[in-house]
Amino acid sequence: MNFSYTILIPLIPFVVFLLLGLNHRRIKPAVSGYIGVLGLLASALLSYFTAYKYFFTVPKLEGVYQQITHKTVWMNFTDTLQIDMGVLIDPISVMMLVVVSTISLVVHIYSRGYMKGDPGYTKFFAFLALFTFSMLGLVLATNLFQIYIFWELVGVSSFLLIGYYYTKPAAIIAAKKAFIVTRFADLFFLIGIITIGFYTGTFDFETLNNPAGEVITNWASTSFMGLSVLTWALILIFIGGAGKSAMFPLHIWLPDAMEGPTPVSALIHAATMVVAGVYLVARLFPMYYFIEDGFALNIVAYVGGFSSLFAAIIAITQHDIKRVLAFSTMSQIGYMMMALGVSGYDGHEGVGYMASMFHLFTHAMFKALLFLGAGSVIHAVHSNMMGDMGNLKKYMPITNITFLIAAFAIAGVPPFAGFWSKDEILVAAFEHSKVLYGVGLFVAGLTAFYMFRLYFSIFHGKKTNYEHTPHESPASMTFPLLFLAVMSIVAGFIPFSEYVTANKVPFEAHLNYPLAAIAVITGLIGIILAYVFYKNPTEYPAKCRKAFGSFYKWAYAKFYWDEIYFFITRKIIFNCISQPIAWFDKNVVDAFMEGIGSGTIQVSEKTKKIQSGRFQDYAMAFVGGAVVIAIVLIYIFKN
Amino acid sequence: MILGVSIYEILSLTTILFFIGIYGFVTRKNLISVLMSIELILNATVINFVVINKYMFPDKLEGAVFGIFIIAVAAAETALAIAIIINLYRQITSVEVEDTTTLKY
Amino acid sequence: MDILSLFVVVPVITILALFFSKGLKQSRMIAMIGSLVQLAMAINLVFAYVKERAVNDAIMVFTRDLVWFKEFNIHYAIGVDGISVALLTLTAIVVLAGVFISWMMDDLPKEFFVSLIVLATGVYGFFISIDLFTMFVFYEIAVIPMYLLIGIWGTGPKEHSAMKLTLMLMGASAVLLVGILGIYFNSNADGGALTFNILEIAKVNIPFEAQKLFFPLTFIGFAVLGALFPFHTWSPDGHASAPTAVSMLHAGVLMKLGGYGVFRVAMFLLPEGAMDWSWFFIILSATGVIYGALGAVRQNDLKYINAYSSVSHLGMVLFALLMLNKTAWNGAILQSLSHGFMTALFFALIGMIYGRTHTRDVHKLGGLLKVIPFISVVYVIAGMASLGLPGFSGFVAEMNIFVGAFQHTDMFHRVATIVSISAIVVTAVYILRVVGLMLMGPVKNEEFKNLPTVRWYEVTGILLLLIPITALGVAPLWISDMIMESIQPFIQGVIQ
Repeated sequence: MNFSYTILIPLIPFVVFLLLGLNHRRIKPAVSGYIGVLGLLASALLSYFTAYKYFFTVPKLEGVYQQITHKTVWMNFTDTLQIDMGVLIDPISVMMLVVVSTISLVVHIYSRGYMKGDPGYTKFFAFLALFTFSMLGLVLATNLFQIYIFWELVGVSSFLLIGYYYTKPAAIIAAKKAFIVTRFADLFFLIGIITIGFYTGTFDFETLNNPAGEVITNWASTSFMGLSVLTWALILIFIGGAGKSAMFPLHIWLPDAMEGPTPVSALIHAATMVVAGVYLVARLFPMYYFIEDGFALNIVAYVGGFSSLFAAIIAITQHDIKRVLAFSTMSQIGYMMMALGVSGYDGHEGVGYMASMFHLFTHAMFKALLFLGAGSVIHAVHSNMMGDMGNLKKYMPITNITFLIAAFAIAGVPPFAGFWSKDEILVAAFEHSKVLYGVGLFVAGLTAFYMFRLYFSIFHGKKTNYEHTPHESPASMTFPLLFLAVMSIVAGFIPFSEYVTANKVPFEAHLNYPLAAIAVITGLIGIILAYVFYKNPTEYPAKCRKAFGSFYKWAYAKFYWDEIYFFITRKIIFNCISQPIAWFDKNVVDAFMEGIGSGTIQVSEKTKKIQSGRFQDYAMAFVGGAVVIAIVLIYIFKN
Repeated sequence: MILGVSIYEILSLTTILFFIGIYGFVTRKNLISVLMSIELILNATVINFVVINKYMFPDKLEGAVFGIFIIAVAAAETALAIAIIINLYRQITSVEVEDTTTLKY
Repeated sequence: MDILSLFVVVPVITILALFFSKGLKQSRMIAMIGSLVQLAMAINLVFAYVKERAVNDAIMVFTRDLVWFKEFNIHYAIGVDGISVALLTLTAIVVLAGVFISWMMDDLPKEFFVSLIVLATGVYGFFISIDLFTMFVFYEIAVIPMYLLIGIWGTGPKEHSAMKLTLMLMGASAVLLVGILGIYFNSNADGGALTFNILEIAKVNIPFEAQKLFFPLTFIGFAVLGALFPFHTWSPDGHASAPTAVSMLHAGVLMKLGGYGVFRVAMFLLPEGAMDWSWFFIILSATGVIYGALGAVRQNDLKYINAYSSVSHLGMVLFALLMLNKTAWNGAILQSLSHGFMTALFFALIGMIYGRTHTRDVHKLGGLLKVIPFISVVYVIAGMASLGLPGFSGFVAEMNIFVGAFQHTDMFHRVATIVSISAIVVTAVYILRVVGLMLMGPVKNEEFKNLPTVRWYEVTGILLLLIPITALGVAPLWISDMIMESIQPFIQGVIQ
């Protein structure tokens, strides 16, 4: 049962990164593309092998999937507290290995076509490899600090990739925003990690997550302001996860991150990096569930539910394809968080957890497909805006079909993948909180609506007046689309509950026919509405806009959250705090020191007059001094 | 011992002479005048020595002898000072005290 | 000649050799050879130390003691432990990098390199001394050449900055001298003789009243050099006016003398005083951390940004030392090492940019990634290291500091810790601001389209500094354990 070879899975992309990064002037672009793809292929094959080996050959202990770790000490904090580096093999990490390496491989293949001719081609593949390395390391982490380390590396890779077109001011701003917002979230994450380290004496996941272990059974031992310190730590850690997963209110970086090349959006901002927060909560799920009766878990559920609704409303109003998809991602991740939040632990109660991971899996497939398809369209039309597109089914048949399949999947139409995972989420929500179920159902309807609004606006209609006739993308780009389309159809049939569950014991999931039917009908209503509104240009959208009036305006402006953050950072922190500090330092603190200097000079100017150069003054001083000394001596000697 | 004149009167004379000399030393602008004031000081001290010798220790002679010492020393010192002033004059063509303050701040 | 005294003798030989050199080529060659020998000696010392440590567990090894002034019991006493060894290696690397960066210093080169090596001598001597008086002598030897180096070879208002820096540091050393003498005159509290030797004094129980009085003096005396708020204002002007190699040496090495002195002298010899005064200085240093970071956000001169960044990072060193526990002290030493390399690298890069574009204003620069890619990429890497990205030394150091600081459970310490941790966000802001304004974006100034590319000596200097940063970040275990082991005897006094 030796899984230590899995260290190669992240290491191969790292070697690719070093190879391409250090030699990016010397390697020809075509070669670097091949190197990237081959490296990822190796990692992907190793991941599939690991999945096969873990799920099918390693025996379960009393029906429970084993957690296998290989690790070594990286740094010692004290005699008892340390950071280890290693690999942790359990159902969700293996699943994530498969997801990350597959999507990364697909994106690598796609990028060979999409980025062709771009001057920084080799650099692009180097950064993609760096990202894949970081994400795989994150997934395999054995302890909180290791996950934090790779978390930060993922953030940097994201910065480099969003800012890839670095001469474009919008890209620079977007890259900085992404990094700083996630860093702000990571501040809370770090405080949470250190809190856990201090109060439990360990960072190790195995020790922390043991339901019968010391950490969980003694959670009430120290409290702060009414809640256990561990609850606070879990909330802080969730804030870190919320930043990376673009949950409200830390979501503002995700739409702007669309400035990066579309393959980047597909890989990072749809399928892998943004689910890191979900993975984090899933990784620490026993702690979230058992400590303080799931207090922190409740917060996760409601934040997820709200973000889901918030994003879906905004997605309806956006005109830029990638922005629609970005908010769609935020909404779906909200689903995943919500599912985790409403989940139980044992057996069938843990359906939320299973559904969340299942949705992560299927979402990765169809969201990546949507983004890559969008990339195909953008590549052909040279514009991101829906208004510049239409009737593309005539020109780009493969993209049309695959996009449609993905749209059906995300709308939750059976038998496509999204239906199965989304249904389980709604079942879990229904059993926990009717409010969240209602939100989830409504969002399902909205999702179908905005997705098909997108589909019909791009691929249907009667537009023929294109400047350059759009043509279908090359094979390197359509092959990934086809592959992902197939996955979007078959992934739903995987009996996920046999593999990934909260307590690592498989159970049989059943379809709840009434709820499934309601969900499907809601989705179909959304599709039909979109068909009516958007298949052919109609008056309905305009009328709706007017009917919703200022609410529409607010939704279109993303509820002004960007402006709020801009105000806080620019006006308050920069101008009211940072500038005054710089002024204070120069004019008060420094002036004090300079003042000592100039004060000394002034005193010196006054006292130097004693040195008058006139010998008579000197003689008088001499005499006066002698007299004073004489008086003093006489006085002393008299006593 | 002079009949009818007590020591205090003569000592007050010398004190006045001494302080006139000091005053002149401090305030005079001409170097030669400063020299003259120095002479005044020295002469006042000579008178002091002689008078105290005569009135308080009539059978001794040291005071008067010391007075002659002082006169000799004063003469030597004045000669030296005049030599310095003459050399100084050669440099700065002035015997004003104001012009000798180049070693000031 | 014992292995440690060579660290002082070899620079002196280099200086003597420099006196006979003529012109730039000879001076820089001699300086480079001297620094290379030093570096070889430092690396040799590391291995020798590890070997010695395995068999000898005295506090200091390789000790040597020569009487200097018998009446006052002043000795030339030297010795090292893991911490000194690490800092000596830092000094050797930064000095060599500084020599490479000054490869084209053609204005009075002989005198320049002499002053540089004198500075280095002072620093080496300081790190190996275990006698307070000798320490102070070397401290002065290290500080005084700064006046010449900035005043003659600097840029901008160099005389003013040189004067300000030297006077403030001299003022600090005056305060420090009072502190040292205070310790000296209390070193016979247990009935022994008055002594300046640190190890001897540590065994004595200096009366609490004396500790309360002399700890702040000694602390401030050293901490001014470590950019303690509010005595840090010599740093922005000083660094801005100094020539590149001088900034590298000063920020990279000299400012570490402050933290090291606090650790070796103030806290080791006056532990009760440290515990009593720690709250006051925690407020100052935590303020310095966030204040320096916020102050850096709005600056427009690259060197000022870096100077305020140093105030922030070094504030963290002092903050960590004041936490009075092993993990935090480990972090403090690691941060000294990490920051030393990082800031030297930054100043080297800024010097290279300034040498090509003749401006340090971030608003006038732009799009340098396309024009000077190597320097720009290294700048981004250095920036990432500065904001504590894992994989580089800054992360390792900061995590130790935060975990150590968190071990205090009272509200005051927790609040101060959270204030310091939040500086990581502000650091990201000002680093990325510079990267975005200066390196990314379109090329702002037409004249900058054709800047000369990196030369071999610049690449050597950069790599000399970049490799330790990465090595410490990727594999910190052995050095962090080496330092932790050496901290053990020093922490005894404060752990009651």
